Amino acid sequence: MTSHAYNFGFLDEYAKKEVRRAILKAIAIPGYQVPYASREMPMGRGFGTGGLQLTLALIGPDEIVKVIDQGSDDSVNAVNLRQFIEMTCPGVSTTTCTAECTLLQTRHRIPELPLTAEQIIVLQVPYPDPLVVVESSENKRKTMHGEADYSRLLVKLYEDIVKYDEITISHRYPTRINGHYVIDPSPIPRWDVAKLNNSAALLLFGAGREKKIYAVPPHTRAEPLVFSDVPFRVEDFRDEAGQRRVCARCGCANSFLDEFVGDAGNKTYQCSDSDWCDEQLQRAEQVQGVAA
Amino acid sequence: MNKILEVRNLGKIYGPGCPQCIDSTGPEADTNLCPHCDSLVAMHGVSFDLFEGEILGIMGESGSGKSTVVNTLYSEQAPSAGEAIFYDPVSAAEGGKSGKQHELFALNAAQQRWLRNHRFGMVYQNPQRGLNFNITAGGNIAERLLMSDLMDYGAIRERAKSLLARTEVLLSRVDDLPKNFSGGMQQRVQIAKALATRPPLLFLDEVTTGLDLSVQARILDLILEIQQELKTSMIVVTHDLGVIRLLTGRAIVMKYGRVIEAGLTDQILEDPQHAYTQRLVASAL
Amino acid sequence: MAYVAIKGGRAAIDGAAEAVEFMRAGSTGKEAPLQLDAIEQQLRLLVSRVISEGGLYHPRLASLAIKQFQGDTLEAAFALRAYRSTKPRLLETPPQDTSRMRCIRRISSAFKDIPGGQMLGPTYDYALRLMRLELADETPEHFRAISRRFLAATPEAQLPATFPKVLDALRAEGLLPPVAESREAAFDITREALTFPVPRSAALATLARAETGSLLGIAYSNMRGYGDIHPTVAELRVGYLPVMLPHPVTGETMEAGEVLITECEVVAMYEGNAADGPPTFTLGYGACLGHNETKAISMAILDRALQKGMKDGAANPSEDPEFVLLHVDGVDSMGFCSHYKMPHYVTFQSDMDRLRTTQKKSKERV
Repeated sequence: MTSHAYNFGFLDEYAKKEVRRAILKAIAIPGYQVPYASREMPMGRGFGTGGLQLTLALIGPDEIVKVIDQGSDDSVNAVNLRQFIEMTCPGVSTTTCTAECTLLQTRHRIPELPLTAEQIIVLQVPYPDPLVVVESSENKRKTMHGEADYSRLLVKLYEDIVKYDEITISHRYPTRINGHYVIDPSPIPRWDVAKLNNSAALLLFGAGREKKIYAVPPHTRAEPLVFSDVPFRVEDFRDEAGQRRVCARCGCANSFLDEFVGDAGNKTYQCSDSDWCDEQLQRAEQVQGVAA
Repeated sequence: MNKILEVRNLGKIYGPGCPQCIDSTGPEADTNLCPHCDSLVAMHGVSFDLFEGEILGIMGESGSGKSTVVNTLYSEQAPSAGEAIFYDPVSAAEGGKSGKQHELFALNAAQQRWLRNHRFGMVYQNPQRGLNFNITAGGNIAERLLMSDLMDYGAIRERAKSLLARTEVLLSRVDDLPKNFSGGMQQRVQIAKALATRPPLLFLDEVTTGLDLSVQARILDLILEIQQELKTSMIVVTHDLGVIRLLTGRAIVMKYGRVIEAGLTDQILEDPQHAYTQRLVASAL
Repeated sequence: MAYVAIKGGRAAIDGAAEAVEFMRAGSTGKEAPLQLDAIEQQLRLLVSRVISEGGLYHPRLASLAIKQFQGDTLEAAFALRAYRSTKPRLLETPPQDTSRMRCIRRISSAFKDIPGGQMLGPTYDYALRLMRLELADETPEHFRAISRRFLAATPEAQLPATFPKVLDALRAEGLLPPVAESREAAFDITREALTFPVPRSAALATLARAETGSLLGIAYSNMRGYGDIHPTVAELRVGYLPVMLPHPVTGETMEAGEVLITECEVVAMYEGNAADGPPTFTLGYGACLGHNETKAISMAILDRALQKGMKDGAANPSEDPEFVLLHVDGVDSMGFCSHYKMPHYVTFQSDMDRLRTTQKKSKERV
């Protein structure tokens, strides 16, 4: 059997063009889930194939790509995707530095460092539709979105407050885009939801298995679905004494923290965003060096 | 008195329909099934007006088409023929000017939904249709308020509680699931939910059928009180002459999809013209 | 202080690849590698399954995928699909006429005697499922003699030809509705996402690529009570279908090759529709690449169930187009199932935050 050389970016050019058309439509109608013919990629559905198709459709030879998973460049899935991009897009450079990249593919996090107008962020999406928790039929959900009928989702929030005095949605927090469509912002923590609002960078969302693309264009309103008199709360990193926990590695006191349980049951905390942590550490070392 | 609803020649046929459908069905033919094409002529040529603050009764036995009338007006299904105009009375608080006219069957689904959420209310015989049994009584009312864009949790909560208090549901049960309520209590929650957005037009479809007599009487009293308080226009669908007598000022009688008699309720009950109505009234005495 | 080690990716991936490659080679270090010819011929039903679920007729690549993924049909079908993603689509296949199929097997359970006759062909249907222990150590000589003997005993003239379709006989009698001539192009599920409601061609294409087990499971639910299709297999045929394509220059249709397919037509109890003529039987259709009889029958039953659901509303899961069509794809469902093995630290952190907060509040309330 002959060996088969792959096209730049794995997908054939027609497929890439199709994805780009869907992206343009998604940008034109902020928050609307554009159906597209998601291609089978050589990694599992659910491993970021939707995000990857966006990345491969957008990637050019001068691109500088960063891939993170759970905030880290070095987690297994991020490594896997980065290797695949390197293999199928010869000439493209990759980086772990958030400030340097032009295209950032991510699963479950948005970097702590604010992104710029020169950057595009691609988020991997398992469930594109926030209404799926209250309505299982996609056909009915489409009508609800069209009519901006989110009352059943809001009733869920109401019932949460009645039952728990607190909204219990932890991640994938439903977020209203430009005053109409409510999106599932992918499983980012509530901590990252504010970063969607009025972002300088273009945010793209790709769901491979569910075959949908949607976007939050730059400088577009993105508001978490809440009651006007109940504040939206992000993850709380204060200890029992009310003190903000800091990263055990870099000392940062304003980043999303991962929790680690030691053998003795003791808990330590570190930045979830590995590049951010490295930057903070470097800066601290420089300050120390100057001081010395 | 201002007109709130004008219904003309409303018709609904289930099935393919044929040119002989209308002539072959109705009270004279003693059937609503067309013998030529097996279509069901659920209603045909139904016309009436409803005025502000009035309660109109639609009376008939099952299969007479009375529920089909309100189902089409509440846009749960599309009619096969006819038109209906809703003259939206704008309250004094909203400026007091004469409201908009809506041609109900010319509206798109979103517009119909808007009217259902904001301007109409519906109470069904079966509370499972009007309530979501998986969310609390308060949540059911909240849903309707949220549909009309009220976004303040405290205000929603207050309004839900005051509505439940008004419909005599114990406040301690506001956060309970309606599936654990008695039938009468479920109807009260349904009424509270329907009234949540202070709709000027309310549809009531056999709301007391199947309830104990004492519970029936209290629900009917509640409906009358609310009508007097809020001046809500209502269409009451029932097979029960007692309900018609107690609640309505005017009534229409339906049989096999046709209106066979219409007029003041007292007149119909005292001096029924149509043989069918005469039998109906006689049997109830 | 080092970054916590659970994120050390590259070395771990390389190690995993080596370990799985070792498993492929076997622990003795003495095994001969599987030859693709052997897989293609001796594991032909496995190849059929992979071709059908992969949606790409390439027995050779399918055999390679089976070898590479150590017999995992889901993974092998998935590899075929991913391979397909790299290829541009140059041509659309026009509808093919399956009456031109060169059958190796065709049966009808509706009639004892059908035009052209029943032809059992290669099937285990009537075989006892007893272990043939002698196959455990079959000699190459004995093995090679099997096909020589078979071919020598089959006269040239009796080689399978084409057969008339059983349904045509039913149709001629007016027991089936006439074929509605459809001028609409078939929905291409590889180029368009399913948006409900979907046309029947989209449903059929989705079912044809579906994972066999998923399809069988849902079809079975319909057969045994969560549905009321009561099907009869009017015809089940397996054979080689000549693929007719337009010539790239002249546009004239010509035979470009052949594909092995399985086709099944089920007839279900009639439905009265007084308005449009007398009642007739209704049809369910199934067809897929390769020799996959269970799949083709399941597909035909589900096609019938879905048509019923689209017409009268779904009374059972198997009649609900969204429920069936969005949950039978092997690549989608297997991928999503596997993804739960990936790290979910961030979302779990967020979950713990909500749980701790609500626990705290509930303690305060008491």
